[in-house]
Parts: sequence; C-alpha cells; structure tokens
Amino acid sequence: MKEFSYVITDPEGIHARPAGEFVKAAKSFESSVKIAKDGKQVDAKRIFGVMGLAAKQGHEIVITVEGADEDKAAAELEAFLKANL
Amino acid sequence: MITCNGKSVYGGIAIGKIHVFAKEKQRITRRTISDTAKEQHRFDEARAEARAQLAGLYDKALKEVGEANAAIFEIHQMMLDDEDYLDSVNNMIADQSVNAEYAVSITADNFAEMFSSMDDAYMKERAADVKDISERVVRILMNTDSSGMSANEPVIILADDLAPSETVQLDKELVLSFVTVHGSTNSHTAILARTMNIPAIIGTNVELSSELEGRTAIVDGFNAVVYIDPDEDTLAKMQKRRDEDLEKRRLLQELKGKDNVTKDGHKVLVYANIGNTKDIPYVLQNDAGGIGLFRSEFIYLENDTYPTEDQQFAIYKEVAEKMSGKRVIIRTLDIGADKQAEYFELDKEENPAMGLRAIRICLTRPEIFKTQLRALYRASKYGRIAIMYPMITSLSEIKKIKAISKEVKAELTAEGIPYNDVEEGIMIETPAAVMISDLLAKEVDFFSIGTNDLSQYTMAIDRQNPKIDEFFDPHHEAVLRMIGMVVKNAHDNGIWAGICGELGADMELTERFLRMGVDELSVSPSFVLPLRNTIRNLDLSK
Repeated sequence: MKEFSYVITDPEGIHARPAGEFVKAAKSFESSVKIAKDGKQVDAKRIFGVMGLAAKQGHEIVITVEGADEDKAAAELEAFLKANL
Repeated sequence: MITCNGKSVYGGIAIGKIHVFAKEKQRITRRTISDTAKEQHRFDEARAEARAQLAGLYDKALKEVGEANAAIFEIHQMMLDDEDYLDSVNNMIADQSVNAEYAVSITADNFAEMFSSMDDAYMKERAADVKDISERVVRILMNTDSSGMSANEPVIILADDLAPSETVQLDKELVLSFVTVHGSTNSHTAILARTMNIPAIIGTNVELSSELEGRTAIVDGFNAVVYIDPDEDTLAKMQKRRDEDLEKRRLLQELKGKDNVTKDGHKVLVYANIGNTKDIPYVLQNDAGGIGLFRSEFIYLENDTYPTEDQQFAIYKEVAEKMSGKRVIIRTLDIGADKQAEYFELDKEENPAMGLRAIRICLTRPEIFKTQLRALYRASKYGRIAIMYPMITSLSEIKKIKAISKEVKAELTAEGIPYNDVEEGIMIETPAAVMISDLLAKEVDFFSIGTNDLSQYTMAIDRQNPKIDEFFDPHHEAVLRMIGMVVKNAHDNGIWAGICGELGADMELTERFLRMGVDELSVSPSFVLPLRNTIRNLDLSK
C-alpha cells in the first residue's frame, strides 16, 4: 500500500474538470485508489465521491493506492496533482 | 414598459422578441415491475443512448465554445458511469421492484441534495448537472423529445433556468440573448454565454408567463437590466448603444487572428496591460497577442502579509495557462511611491517617486525578491512567461539581479523542481536607463518603455500634482526622442523594444512609434482592437 498527502494549491479547488481528469487517471490503474479529506474517504474512481469532498485551496488530501501497480499509480497520480491542482 | 434587474454574466445589448423557454415537466409515476433484471437492462440501454447524445454535445460544444467549456459534457458522461449512481438506481430497481424512470429520478434527487447541501457556491451548482443528466436518461426511457425551440427568427430566450446541455443544443443563429430567473455566475450556462458572446442576465426578477411570448424586449447586459415593451426613448438609446457595441465586435471579427501589420507590411505586436488575474478574460475577449505588462503588485497590496511562494505560484501559473502559450510578461514587485502596503513597513519619504521603490526594495530585501522569482520560475513550466524588472537605472543593478536569479535557479535545480528558461527584460522608465540603453541592451532580452514614469522624470513634473498640469506635455519631444534612442539601441544589440506606458495607446503617435521601429505596444485591453485597426490602416511607405 502506498500513501501520500497533498495540499491543494489551485485557487478553485477540485472543481468539476480536474475532478473528472483525476478520476480518469485513477481509473487507468488496476490498483484501488482512495482519496480522503478530514477523515472522509471516497473511491477516487467515482466522480461524485471525488467532487463530494469539496476540496478547496489549502485543504490537505490523502491518497491511498493499493494493488499490483501501486508504485506507478502513486507516482503518476502525485505528478498529476502537482501539475493540475 | 416593465423594467427587471438581474446579474449580468456577459455584456452586450440585445433587442428582439421574447421566447419563453418552458421545460416540459416530466411526470414520473412509480410503477411496480415484475422483471427487475429486464428493467435494469432497460436502464442500461437508456444510459448508453444518453452517453451517445452527450458525446455528440461534446463535439458540438468543442467546435462552438472550445475544449475547456466542452469538458463539462465529458464530466456528464463520467457521472453516468459513476458506480455509486449506478448502484443506487440498480439497487432501487432490484430491492423495491420499481420502474427505471422512478429509480433514476429519486437517485437524481438524492445526489443533487448532496451537492445542494454543500457549503460552497460552485458545488451547489453541480446539483443542476446531476438533474440534467438524469432528466436526459428519463426522457430516453419515456421516449419523449427534449423541448426544442420552434422560433423562425432570432429571439431573446427567457427561462427559469437553463442546463448547459440546453444552452448548447439551442441553435445559436436563433438566440439573441439568455435571461433566466435562476442560475448563478458560476453555472456553465453563464460560462457558455460568455464564450458565445451572447448577452445574458441571470437571477432576473421577472414573472415568467406565457403571456410574455412574442413581446419586444431589450436586454442590457452592461447594466444587467431587461426592459419589456420598452418606450421609444429607451429603445432609441439602447439601439445606439447596441450599434457601438456591434462596431467593436465587427472590429474583433475582422481582426481576430490577423497579424498587426501595416499596409506596407510592417509588423508590430499588440499586447495588453493588466493588474489582476480577474482581467485575463478581457485580454482574451479583445484578442490581444499576449500580456505585455502583468503588474504583480496586486498580490502584495491585497494581502495583509508577505504573499507566500505557493500563493504567487498559483497566480502566475493561472495566467500562464489561461494565455495558452502566448507571451506573458510579468513585472516584478513595483511597490513604493504611490503604492504602499503597510506590512512592508517602509519609512515615510519626502519624495517617494525618487525613493525606496520597485527594484530598489527587491535588492535591499532579497528574501522578498527571491520568493517572487522562485514562484515565477516554477510557473514558467505552464506557459510562456517572461520576467521584467522595473525602475532600472544602472548596470550594477542588472548584475545584482542576475546573481540573485542565478541563485534561485540553482536552488530549484538542486531541489529537482523543473523550470523553463525565460526571457528577462527591463522597464526603461528613467532617463538614466535611456542614456545607457546601449549598455543595458547587452545584458537583457528585451526593453519595455514605461512612458508614465519616464515622462515624469524627464520633465521633472510630479503627475500627482494638478497645479502643474499646464506644464505637462504628453507629446514632449524629449520623451519621444528618448523612445527613439532606446529602440535604436535595442535593435543595434539584437533585442526587441516595446512600450507599456500610456503613450502606447495614444493613436496620434502610433505612426511615429512604428517609424521608430517599436516592436511591441502594450495597452489596456479595451484599446487593443482600436489600436490594431489603426495599425492596419497605416502605410509607412508614404
């Protein structure tokens, strides 16, 4: 299992478009991907869940990846967050 | 005449007949189903059809309003695939033996409720997305067509609210304006209206009724007012305003994408000056070739303490991305003189215009400067950023700046943070810089002439003092000759030179500037189109 945290820097937070892109990215991996904020954890492959976190600029999110391709998934998802959020 | 007010999401004036856009209320009855597996299959098929329709809308939106705005329809498709959403519908069908229409509509209400209850204006709006996709599935299940529009002349659409899909589905040729009772400036409809350049007013206090159908109305998107059955005076006034606006748009249409080139083939760049990320839409709307001066002061002035590197990075990244590859020249901190932030704790000065300001603060307090440079270099990965240093008077300042900039880049490299090489230029706004511009040109990538300060320092006239206005000559030959000298020294040393002060927008001088060889003019967004028009009508061969 891989886990990392990230603090949102995008002024608009995880709004619809990046949420969609993040879900798409998460779905491309075999591993399960969970995303949590303030103790509430959701499946990162489900868009309603991800949008429902209402993560804003300055909020910390924790990503947990588990499965066969977890190393690759964690690295790529972290890079995605840094580049887009 | 009935006058209604709302919130404008896009300027412009529309005059025409009203079409009341009424959504047919979907009457959904709960039925008991015996074959639940078959009902789930029916839901799956309707969902597949809905996805196909949304894919079609995505393509249409992509052509009409661009990738960024079309993305919502891709999100809508993902929503239709969301496992939580599917589980809810399928479980309801299986556990309660209900029809798919009913299961979808209850699920939609539940998910919409989740968004509506959020303490966040943007997320509240997403409730409309859930309802929109669900209504589409229900329409397909019930085999009812979506309410279309049967107008045969362009109309003002009056609606309770419009979903993004409804906005995109409308035939643009037949829409003069959108007026809605509900909706928010965050809604995709508002964004689409802006992109489509259609005047639109939301949150309008109008009584929706079929009696309004076909009546004349004026939508004043500049003032967020709708006049129904306007009187003659109002009509005449608004027609004039509309014609002026149309002229501006005609220019835009004519000039969009075209080079700024004189009749005899002399090219010049026309960029925009802005002082806040909020101004970026005006840069894009007026089709500026780039941003010639992004004043970074607002980041400091709007803060109670020194803005952090991440805070600045987010802002520079945003402007770089939104300008999608066009040049964005960001001027480093130009505070002091008439722009003060308390937390800098600058001493009161007898003569602040000649005091501790701009680059002088940065060089005496390099920690502030380094934070800004780090943020700028980090953001350089996201577009075409150039950095510009203000208030330069000597070569030694450039040497110091270069040493600090080198240090910052070395730190970033050591930390493994990527950055691009950026163009580094300086403002020429002191007579000293003008006189040694031949030397300065060997050290930097470009010059941008700040004519406001240059005029004030050259004529020794304080622009804040109205008593000496009569001695101020905006076209003083001294300043014009200085500009000529700077441009020549730039070109002799292989760099480009532009003007970002007020004189750049002075169209009486455009021809003279072009004859001097000025490479770039950066002006307020609203001057971009008139200036481009002026340039295209000049002929320097005569």
